[in-house]
Amino acid sequence: MTPLHATPAAVETIERLREKHGSIVVHQSGGCCDGSAAMCLRESELPPGPNDVVLGKIVDVPFVIDAEQYERWGRPDFEIDVAPGAAESFSLEGAEGVHFISRAPRAQEDV
Amino acid sequence: MATMEKKKAFAVPGEADSPVGLRDRYDNFIGGEWVAPVEGGYRENKTPATGKPFSTVADSTPADVELALDAAHEAKAAWGATSPAERAAVLNAMADAVEAELQMLAVAESWDNGKPVRETIAADVPLVIDHLRYFAGAVRSEEGRISEIDAQTYAYHFHEPLGVVGQIIPFNFPLLMAAWKIAPALAAGNCTVIKPASPTPWSILKLAEVLGDVVPPGVLNIVNGPGAEIGRALASSKRIAKVAFTGETVTGRLIMQYAAQNIIPSTTELGGKSPNIFFEDVMAADDDFLDKAIEGFVLYAFNKGEVCTAPSRALIHESIYDEFMERALKRVRAIKQGNPLDPETMMGPQVSAAQLEKIESYVQIGIDEGAEVLTGGHRPDVGAELADGYYFEPTVLKGTNDMRVFQEEIFGPVVSVTTFKDEAEALKIANDTLYGLGAGVWTRDGSRAFRMGRGIEAGRVWTNCYHQYPAHAAFGGYKISGVGRENHRMMLDHYSQTKCLLVSYDHKPMGFF
Repeated sequence: MTPLHATPAAVETIERLREKHGSIVVHQSGGCCDGSAAMCLRESELPPGPNDVVLGKIVDVPFVIDAEQYERWGRPDFEIDVAPGAAESFSLEGAEGVHFISRAPRAQEDV
Repeated sequence: MATMEKKKAFAVPGEADSPVGLRDRYDNFIGGEWVAPVEGGYRENKTPATGKPFSTVADSTPADVELALDAAHEAKAAWGATSPAERAAVLNAMADAVEAELQMLAVAESWDNGKPVRETIAADVPLVIDHLRYFAGAVRSEEGRISEIDAQTYAYHFHEPLGVVGQIIPFNFPLLMAAWKIAPALAAGNCTVIKPASPTPWSILKLAEVLGDVVPPGVLNIVNGPGAEIGRALASSKRIAKVAFTGETVTGRLIMQYAAQNIIPSTTELGGKSPNIFFEDVMAADDDFLDKAIEGFVLYAFNKGEVCTAPSRALIHESIYDEFMERALKRVRAIKQGNPLDPETMMGPQVSAAQLEKIESYVQIGIDEGAEVLTGGHRPDVGAELADGYYFEPTVLKGTNDMRVFQEEIFGPVVSVTTFKDEAEALKIANDTLYGLGAGVWTRDGSRAFRMGRGIEAGRVWTNCYHQYPAHAAFGGYKISGVGRENHRMMLDHYSQTKCLLVSYDHKPMGFF
């Protein structure tokens, strides 16, 4: 099992954002407010840092998490989805009135 | 209490008997005036209480940020040249104006954010007033230092304003977090451009209505719009001299990256996973202190858990666990949820549908990891009128510190509880986290309280109390919880340049050339 999955809707949104903004990256956030969300940014503005790990790619867009955060979270799998309602942060999909959701795939089995 | 008449809920903003007036739509506040967004975009703003739109607010573009920066730059020379006494007078006048409209602002804040009006009346708005007055006093007492290098050479140190600053406000305390940032910036002689959080764009505009005649034009500017457009335009602008941000870690990194590219300072407050530690001696007597400690546990539900310092990990000594939790859960189950405008309501809705989804998903993650749900865990039935609001039950999970629900900030009314066997283990668990914003220590043993307080790697350790935010007590993070402090006069340094005049009174040349 690969650690990263994306729903078809998330893939479609990421493709659209890439068309519009060029090279992009998805960072798994943590902390206050809308922490724990997956955030899509221009890759030139926040490229993966020396202490990040790239868990995989959605289309060809890297999905990145801070290495220590990943370890502390117990190396979970991630499923990236998209839902209505503008992202509350700097994430690029906010302008389209949607937000990415970062889920644990196991949690979805019962839903 | 039993004989007291039940207080009525406040009317919804815009209704005839509400203390809060509502205009058709809200523009940006720039240069002391209401300025329509350049591209004419507006968006509906929902109240989390019902999930329904109630106001219409500017949906700005980067051009509007430029207008705000124009206004701020136009004002900065005159404002920066005012005396500390004049700036203090303005801050005190701001405080007086807010105090005169306390109830109106408290109701507006409650409706925009969902927090219960009994909190906004007793905490949020009074603290706004207090912070403004504190920084009015602090700036009056500022003084530079003089260093005597030798008998004829002196270094005079002056505080000078940075100029124009950018400040990005979170959604959890839209008015109070704005006041935390505005008060020191203005006191130190800066002009500011504020970007409110997208879910809560409106109450701060009610604040601007109150302050419109008090603050000189251009000193305080507010631009609403999406973070990816407006927040970015502001934070990455070459026209700001400092950026301040409260929010999550990736945007925190992004803000610091922008600041690095422009070579300007930044302050960031990025959240926590704060431990709240209860030693066995809290149950040594059944008295007021125990009652206070139980309330201290339940404070995880304050502001529906949407607090950076929420005590979201409770560490309870194993010998008192059963008895302590019996009392604590009883108190949690007594929390009244519902319409935030009802003064009886103790917990309102989460700020947005996205937050509600996230909280639900984390409770499920906890269950999947083997955490036990001691109470809550669902959306409550709050009645037909509020059925589309974003309500979640106050929830208590039991588990171990290696679980995701102990390591990730959920930002909702969810506390994860575990036990410890001795002081060393309590300290180890407390520090076993990426974050270091807040912590709580509850004990009747003063020496132990001091040892724990010094040992915990966090910027604020509440000792035998929690969730108090008085001005004059420094607040900020260790580890990845951020860089910088708020709430204290040291903020005046964060918003100032240091000018050193190095003066020689010696008439003789140095002798090198």
